[in-house]
Amino acid sequence: MSKRSSWALPYFIFLVLFVVMPLVLILFYALQDSSGHFTLSNITKFFTDKDALSTFALSIEVALENTVLCILIGYPTAYILADKSLNRSAVTVVLFILPMWVNALMRTLATAELFTMAGITLGKGTLLFGMCYDYLPFMIYPIYNVLAKMDKSYAEAAQDLGARPWQVFAKVTLPLSMPGVISGVMMVFMPTVSTFAISEFLTNNKIKLFGTIIQENINNSMWNYGAALALIMLVIIGITTFFQKDDGSEAAGGAL
Amino acid sequence: MEEKIIEIQHVSKSFGDKNVLRDINLYVKKGEFITLLGPSGCGKTTLLRMIAGFLQPDEGGILMDGKDITGMPPHLRRLNTVFQRYALFPHLDVYDNIAFGLKLKKTPEEEIDKKVRRVLKLVSMSDYEDRDVESLSGGQQQRIAIARAIVNQPEILLLDEPLAALDLKMRKDMQIELKEMHRKLGITFIYVTHDQEEALTLSDTIVVMNEGRIQQIGTPIDIYNEPVNCFVADFIGESNILKGRMLRDRRVAFIKHEFDCVDEGFGEDVPVDVVVRPEDIYFTTDPDRCQFRAKVNSCTFKGVHYEMWVDTDTGYELMIQDYDPYPVGTEVMLYIDPDDIQVMKKERVANVYDARVTGAGKVTFLDTEFACDTEGFAEGDAVQATVSFEKVDLLDNEETADLTGHVAVILYMGDHYHLTVKTETGENIWVDTNDIWDKGDFVGIKILPEDIRLSKPADRHE
Repeated sequence: MSKRSSWALPYFIFLVLFVVMPLVLILFYALQDSSGHFTLSNITKFFTDKDALSTFALSIEVALENTVLCILIGYPTAYILADKSLNRSAVTVVLFILPMWVNALMRTLATAELFTMAGITLGKGTLLFGMCYDYLPFMIYPIYNVLAKMDKSYAEAAQDLGARPWQVFAKVTLPLSMPGVISGVMMVFMPTVSTFAISEFLTNNKIKLFGTIIQENINNSMWNYGAALALIMLVIIGITTFFQKDDGSEAAGGAL
Repeated sequence: MEEKIIEIQHVSKSFGDKNVLRDINLYVKKGEFITLLGPSGCGKTTLLRMIAGFLQPDEGGILMDGKDITGMPPHLRRLNTVFQRYALFPHLDVYDNIAFGLKLKKTPEEEIDKKVRRVLKLVSMSDYEDRDVESLSGGQQQRIAIARAIVNQPEILLLDEPLAALDLKMRKDMQIELKEMHRKLGITFIYVTHDQEEALTLSDTIVVMNEGRIQQIGTPIDIYNEPVNCFVADFIGESNILKGRMLRDRRVAFIKHEFDCVDEGFGEDVPVDVVVRPEDIYFTTDPDRCQFRAKVNSCTFKGVHYEMWVDTDTGYELMIQDYDPYPVGTEVMLYIDPDDIQVMKKERVANVYDARVTGAGKVTFLDTEFACDTEGFAEGDAVQATVSFEKVDLLDNEETADLTGHVAVILYMGDHYHLTVKTETGENIWVDTNDIWDKGDFVGIKILPEDIRLSKPADRHE
């Protein structure tokens, strides 16, 4: 056994170096002032800083809007992709996933360029467009996965018991595909809260999101406050993940 | 006159280029327990799904109470299905699963409550209302699936292999309960299974299907005692299937002996197939009753009876079931009652294919070119190629073979095997052989030039 477990050593070292250490460092910096003394002021500063709080509120708002938008567009898309009578080829599925193979930053820059060329003023509309464009595949794929794997006999049983097509959807297909939706929400909502590149490029820095202030603080060498903000976000993400509870298995199926 | 609740008229269905159902004609009487029986892939489930409305026939129509329901969507049909793997909704508890159909019909709460409790009692699952369906055992899920269907008081209950996932003991218990339920409810049951014993136990009528065609329709007793062809005889129960020759009315020869029988109208000196059930061959000590002698070569206890294989004095092997064992090596005297000999018209006497002469000494059929004597025919002629069963050679390598295939059906005919070999292109070649092959074996097929007989298509005689 001890021989076996030694095989895990490289992974263990990797984990410590690139996961545990950075987390410890964030915690470390967040609870220090610039001269290296222990303090909670970085945390309290956030909760008394009106600008930071409103940015945070805006981030949540934008992330919520983006998530809702992604569900509204992503669910029907996933439904059509998973329906073998509507979509006979796996290629279409790949086409929807394909944008994820291109670097998100490049896609965002290109999108911004297109808006400028078309003479559209950059603002919240373009921000939501860009976010939705970037994160849509993360919503489509887990839902598609759950729908494609769903036993067709559930829908047939509902039909057999007298359900019209829309009732089959509302009473059976939709509730049974919720694990996919939840997994999609996790994969869209959390990254949107922390994104900064999209808001920077697609609003010309007119709209600042939570991710942006973390990045600004760190760029301006205000590591301690930046780390505190990062910690606060981590805790929030941790809490939302906790809500996901037991659908871990399905959510894992939705991961890419 | 009995009322026909379902009529199926000339229904055909293909998936791609595979014909799943071919010209099915069938009616179901109101209140009967009818079973569609056949091996997997015979089309029985497809037919059931058509009656439920999940599939549309390519040709033909389905009538319910005399009205055409062919294009009617499933939710409007007054029938309910018990699915093979139950398909209970995992997001609903037992109560809500059963109430699903009633809620859709906007039934008042109190009535739903009463009905759900009543069916739960019927399937002996009272007090399970609040249980999560996934926490139930297979047998319990089965009961809930039945309850969910019958709570809607359908006129017909469709059951798609409902007991297939249960263990043997459970299956036997459920068979009795299903029969009891059928009696209590008084509605029509259409049941699909591949288990012949289940079909014999449960049904009022059995429809035996194979390769998309109905082979025989009848009561369990009819089907068992008077199978119409080798397939039915082999599929239902144990049987000795033998080559025979109808000498004249009421007289048949097989295993190189002559027997009295009760069949008439086959003509004189006509090749036939003969079925004798193993329990219908009797031992005797009276030399006057003895029709033939044999030697016991194996004897196995099967619980209620003994299963014995005997070698007849004429070199055939027969299976006999009897309550009394005879030790291996015993010389025995045997007889068969005329009533117990089932004579069947031969479905075919040789392999016959549509062929085309593709050159001097060359003919093509089964998508393969064969060498043979083509004298009297010109290149391009459409001809009929006939190859007798025993002239087809099966090889276990493909290098020297003309074409390849898989062994699909094996029938033991007492002194040789009669195989159905499916070629890569899906055609059948029937082969008589003494070699032992297994079902599914990959075989090379070889036909020698002198064994192919060509004739003009018009010469074909059935």
